[in-house]
Amino acid sequence: MPRRIVAGIQSVGHRVIDSIWRLGYASRFFLLTLIKSGTSLHRFTLVIRELYFTGVQSLIIILVSGLFVGMVLGLQGFETLQRYGAESAVGTMVALSLLRELGPVVSALLFASRAGSAITAEIGLMKATEQLAAMEMMAVDPIARVVAPRFWAGVISMPLLAALFSAIGVYGGYLVAVILIGVDEGSFWSQMQGAVDFRYDVVNGIIKTCVFGIAVTAIAVFEGYDAAPTAEGVSGATTRTVVTSSLAILGLDFILTSFMFRGMG
Amino acid sequence: MVSESLIEIEGLNFSYGQRPILKGIDMTMERGKVIAIMGGSGSGKTTLLRLIGGAVRPTSGYVKVAGEVVHKLKRDDLFRMRRKMSMLFQFGALFTDLSVFDNVAFQMREHTDLPESMIRDLVLMKLQAVGLRGAHELMPTQLSGGMARRVALARSIALDPLLIMYDEPFTGLDPISLTVIGNLIRRLTDALGMTSIVVTHDVQESLKIVDYVYFIADGVIAAHGTPDEVRRSVAPFVHQFVHGEEDGPVSFHYPAKPYAQDLKLEGSFA
Amino acid sequence: MQRATMDLWVGLFVMAGIGALLVLALKVGNLGTYSANDSYEVTGNFENIGGLKVRAPVKSAGVVVGRVTDIQFSTETYDALVIMNIDSRYKFPKDTFASILTSGLIGEQYIGLAAGGDEATLKDGDTIMKTNSALVLEEMIGKFLFNKASEGSSSENSDKN
Repeated sequence: MPRRIVAGIQSVGHRVIDSIWRLGYASRFFLLTLIKSGTSLHRFTLVIRELYFTGVQSLIIILVSGLFVGMVLGLQGFETLQRYGAESAVGTMVALSLLRELGPVVSALLFASRAGSAITAEIGLMKATEQLAAMEMMAVDPIARVVAPRFWAGVISMPLLAALFSAIGVYGGYLVAVILIGVDEGSFWSQMQGAVDFRYDVVNGIIKTCVFGIAVTAIAVFEGYDAAPTAEGVSGATTRTVVTSSLAILGLDFILTSFMFRGMG
Repeated sequence: MVSESLIEIEGLNFSYGQRPILKGIDMTMERGKVIAIMGGSGSGKTTLLRLIGGAVRPTSGYVKVAGEVVHKLKRDDLFRMRRKMSMLFQFGALFTDLSVFDNVAFQMREHTDLPESMIRDLVLMKLQAVGLRGAHELMPTQLSGGMARRVALARSIALDPLLIMYDEPFTGLDPISLTVIGNLIRRLTDALGMTSIVVTHDVQESLKIVDYVYFIADGVIAAHGTPDEVRRSVAPFVHQFVHGEEDGPVSFHYPAKPYAQDLKLEGSFA
Repeated sequence: MQRATMDLWVGLFVMAGIGALLVLALKVGNLGTYSANDSYEVTGNFENIGGLKVRAPVKSAGVVVGRVTDIQFSTETYDALVIMNIDSRYKFPKDTFASILTSGLIGEQYIGLAAGGDEATLKDGDTIMKTNSALVLEEMIGKFLFNKASEGSSSENSDKN
């Protein structure tokens, strides 16, 4: 019996040590990526290529989702606000929900499952087929040549995608509230503009998306680079990217929100 | 640098954790030769290549390439040395997101400032050498296994290296592609004055093209010699390997407890 | 994928993203109507600010002219210090009257400025002398009941207060 207890404690200790080691390894990898970013910035065409794959190819899902989320917000907002006779505030509700929470969070979740998983799978596959080893043997650093451009493309794409998501979401709300239901157009926009503060709401939303973008892409490139070089390894890493980055997005969102909007508005 | 031998390996030991892979390897490889390293699966051949390329560090002993001890080089010097060597991976390891042309041009664009027109000429020359100039616009996924291997060969000679290492270049090829690759290795080595190290377990094909053979078994050099010596050899290991016999010095059975003991039969026999 | 096509798409993507940011800033947000840079700061002392919050609008005649930037409590006068930024396009006389108002019955609270007749205008760092506190609903009900009660019997109102 004591032996089993010892074994239990050992397995707990093993897991703790293992996860701390992995965290340290991931941080070191993240730092290396930043240090070796010179090539990507110097040869920006590398980043442009990845911008196409992470940014442009995520456009459809982001735009369609944004439109529908905005439309649903318009519908639900009208439904609720109507009871208090405040249906003209529906624009305010749509805009604030999108700018502060839904825009950054939902677009980051979509980005993680669309672009993040693709980045992990691509890098993992390059590792499994020895492309990274071949690059290393050609005296080209895979972190500088493969990882860093994808990282920066993700970091650049994320705020742009989130802005598109929020902007089209606001128009989705406008479509439902003003065009379909018939809320007064003037008060829709003016109430929105009266309540939305650029520094406070828009900039904070952008800061959130930047943080999410860094987190998601860092997780995606790390999982890809760290994947076991087999088919199972790559598929496992892809799943881990989506799960870990979704949890990271929601956790970071709580932390950032509590700092940004504490006791205000 | 004046010495004839490009690679000198002395007392090389390497182990993964507690498990020894290579135990005291000594080799010299002369310039301009095609050298084969043969041995069963898991005998440490690929590890030897990784040691020469500086991808892993030896536990003891050293590998000297062109007079420099590989594992003592700093990262920058190692990268500088790697520009003079290249490696052909088992399945080619072509960059799947680049076209055939861009694959061959990869190192020229990364390491030189050549104008694009000159890169184009050079790439087409390299592709011509492997007979695939017409395929330069294809993507790697559109190539057959043998063609991919040839493109990878063209890519590895892109910067006219001193040394090319081939990791199992014959695996998974049909007999025609196999002969084509084998002859290409020989022809390119002679034409470009390179040195080639071929790690393989394809005995018949490699004996046709190489100048010297090392056999590795259990982490040591079991035998070495020219192809003719190898064919005539009566050493049990070499004989077993060259003729592909099932049992011999390389046992069919993985080391195990006595069979009867494993089946818990010893009591009933006693 | 041709290089040029890819460049084109990426260019369109980046421009669309920046366009979306501009829409959020100008059309959705208030950057178009009010900028924090061209403004001056004035302070007002209020006995009670009710539910006024930082960033609440400062309005005059219903037009947003500025925003509350900070709310502090003064230990000298034991009242609230409300610091507001007012757009420098709008000049107000020294004897402007500031009161805390509520938009609608349950809407947000804001500061309403009613211009006085002084020649001199408020400058950066000035203090508004005339203020009117927020109407606190409980106090209003309390007063109302107190008045009602004092008309009738006087035993009930002591319970209420």
